Amino acid sequence: MSAPLLSINGLGVHFGGLAALSDVDIELNKNEVVGLIGPNGAGKTTLFNALSGLVSCEGNLELEGKSHEWPQPNELVDLGISRTLQGVGLFPDMTVLENVMIGATKFATGGLIRSALGLDIRTEKVLRSLAMDALAKVSCTGIADRKVDSLPYPTTKRIAIARALVSDPKILLLDEPAGGLGAEDIEWMNSFIDVISNRCSILLVEHHMDVVMSVCDRIYVLNFGKLIASGTPEHVRNNPDVIEAYLGSSAGKQ
Amino acid sequence: MRLFSTLLIGLSSGAIYSLMALALVLVWRSTRVVNFAQAGQAIASTYIGYLVISRTDNYWLALPVALVAGALIGALVDVALIRTLNKRVKSGPAAEMAPVIVTLGLLGLIRSTVGMIWGGDLKAYKAPVTNHGFTFGTTTIPFSPYNLLIVITAVIVMAVFSIIFQKTNLGLSLRAAAFQPEIARLAGVRVDLVRTIGWAFAGGAGAVAGVLVTPSNSLSPNSLDLLLVLGFVGAVIGGLESLLGAAIGGVVLGIGLAFILEYVSTSLAFPSAFIVLILVLLIKPSGILGKKGGRGA
Repeated sequence: MSAPLLSINGLGVHFGGLAALSDVDIELNKNEVVGLIGPNGAGKTTLFNALSGLVSCEGNLELEGKSHEWPQPNELVDLGISRTLQGVGLFPDMTVLENVMIGATKFATGGLIRSALGLDIRTEKVLRSLAMDALAKVSCTGIADRKVDSLPYPTTKRIAIARALVSDPKILLLDEPAGGLGAEDIEWMNSFIDVISNRCSILLVEHHMDVVMSVCDRIYVLNFGKLIASGTPEHVRNNPDVIEAYLGSSAGKQ
Repeated sequence: MRLFSTLLIGLSSGAIYSLMALALVLVWRSTRVVNFAQAGQAIASTYIGYLVISRTDNYWLALPVALVAGALIGALVDVALIRTLNKRVKSGPAAEMAPVIVTLGLLGLIRSTVGMIWGGDLKAYKAPVTNHGFTFGTTTIPFSPYNLLIVITAVIVMAVFSIIFQKTNLGLSLRAAAFQPEIARLAGVRVDLVRTIGWAFAGGAGAVAGVLVTPSNSLSPNSLDLLLVLGFVGAVIGGLESLLGAAIGGVVLGIGLAFILEYVSTSLAFPSAFIVLILVLLIKPSGILGKKGGRGA
């Protein structure tokens, strides 16, 4: 079997004296959809942030079997990794198309200076058509020229995914893609994840258990910054530690 | 006629305020620094333009040379000072204050360096076209071909900016980096480089303002200080975040001052600019033209 696309070993993140993550191992193989679940504060998004260079961390990172430094945020796309953000993270004053084009910046071959001098009309066209292709994947070409702040929330989630896909990533990090969506949109997201998993591998943080159980090949469960279980959805669903972590946290909330 | 002529004179001085306002807004948007050194960067660039004019007697060569020099100085200030400061002081009150104080110090440093090189005495150079007003029949209005040149040059600079910001990938990156740098980074935008380009654009705009305004005043190490303040007023009227706002804010200020100078009193004109500055900040800090929390192009 070939080396996993992404392999994280002994990941630790500390905020002051608090360990947000400790000794976490994660693997993601080609065309796999892997879920990352756990109660609030378990460290799921922190793991994404560590992988995107937003927080400093310790541990080893391997990409396609090769050891790699933890990337800086702006290196991520060049490494073939894209992510969406919990809060959608779009630019509200820009159009849908512009938002997606930003994700395609890595294909701007002419460089920024040429672009400033207006020498790069061809690149502009290429970026535009890549962005339109990505919008087509999420069925949003019709609203390409609308401003994002005029759109309903579920639509903005699709656009955020289009922006992540436009760079043609090998690894897609989805942070709560179903969060805040109604049943119909969740249905769409489910089948959409199935479709794009043919093109790239997906690491997914999600609270909606239905989504996680139906789309994921494997699941990792985090609690208080530590891995408490991993395996197939079936295996994880019946794991007593997982059940306790979830019951414990929801009991604690009430 | 008097009304019309005052309007045109206001438009001409307003065009220069707009360029300075644009420079300040570009830097504010890209790095969240209130750049007092903008006047220093502009004065250094203008002296370089002056050097070209005194050697070649060619204003049309001096303008682009000053523009490029201004852009390079702007980029240098960002790379050498602001970027380094941002890396060293990441949070706390010092992180916000330090760059601003540094630009204030830099303003003093550039002024005294310019004074050491060229001396503190007043220099002057002529505009490439006459500053004698246009004549209609028997009346001559104050608005001259030189004023027209100022307006046209400013309009060209702003048109170029507008095309870059609205139509190019660089413009998109500049806007993204200004809005939400972290998200822009994650999407693959090289935010540091883009910011430096923002500083370079600002330096270029400030240099053009300096070279344009100097024929009607004179050149000394602190001859652009008032322009800096008026540029701030224009930027604040425009809401600090918007390039279009800065352009309009500068013109509104220029026309307002021209009317006060012409119809009210010479001595009241500049105090009223400061009153406008304070009132806008007190009553509508997002600017008369700014929208709440908005950051359009």
